[in-house]
Amino acid sequence: MSTGNTVAAIEPVRKHIVIEAPQERVFQTFTRDIDKWWPREHHIGTSPLACQELETTVGGRWYSVCEDGSECNVGKVLEWDPPKRVVLAWQLTAQWQYDPDLITEVEVTFTAEGPRTTRVDLEHRNLERFGVSAVELRNSIDSPSGWGLLLSNFAAVASAAEA
Amino acid sequence: MTNHSVAFTALGDPTRQLLLERLAKRPLPVGKLAVGLKVSRPAVSQHLKVLYDAGLVSVRQQGTRRIYQVDPKGIEAMRTYLDRFWDRALAALKAAAETEDDQ
Repeated sequence: MSTGNTVAAIEPVRKHIVIEAPQERVFQTFTRDIDKWWPREHHIGTSPLACQELETTVGGRWYSVCEDGSECNVGKVLEWDPPKRVVLAWQLTAQWQYDPDLITEVEVTFTAEGPRTTRVDLEHRNLERFGVSAVELRNSIDSPSGWGLLLSNFAAVASAAEA
Repeated sequence: MTNHSVAFTALGDPTRQLLLERLAKRPLPVGKLAVGLKVSRPAVSQHLKVLYDAGLVSVRQQGTRRIYQVDPKGIEAMRTYLDRFWDRALAALKAAAETEDDQ
């Protein structure tokens, strides 16, 4: 290995998708209506996920609300430039615990390719910051039950962290 | 509480946490890692051994020096998960936005 940046060289996750809807609509769906599409299995709370919320302004909270009314932070809004761009802070560790000191950035840009066609580009970067906590994740994945076990443990971990 | 793994226990020490933070920035030999710390160099070596045994850092020999670095495999696992997660999420976003557009 010739460089001194082995860890810092972790590539961001980059995705894009083309959506047949106007730019403004897609932006609104991603942000204000995040609850309509957020994958349900991705949940850290102590009771089933009731809804996913994103406060649509710089510094706005990004959080989950559970059916029992409790709230779990996910992150916050770092940059807000509707309807073209938003940067979110994903602040869940590899153990799905909210850590205010951890910031990995999710940058999403919305490009109008036509009146009813929008290209969405997403980059989730600073993944090296998962560093230490990611080792725990690897251990979970390597176990016979893998992610299933990890997911079922979210509630216990989250409640322990909140206590 | 659930069982604490070796890695979790290894992190329950401020000096080891600091060492890992430094290593997360770039691989370093023990001498450089110990700069500015209040603990002795042998103590740093001892902490590194705990981290190594827990699978948190890896080490390689460079001439006469041992270079420590954060073991990147855990991060790669997280990256793989997020890669799949965002695939699912964006597909769901597309479905939601295009459905809304029909209203």
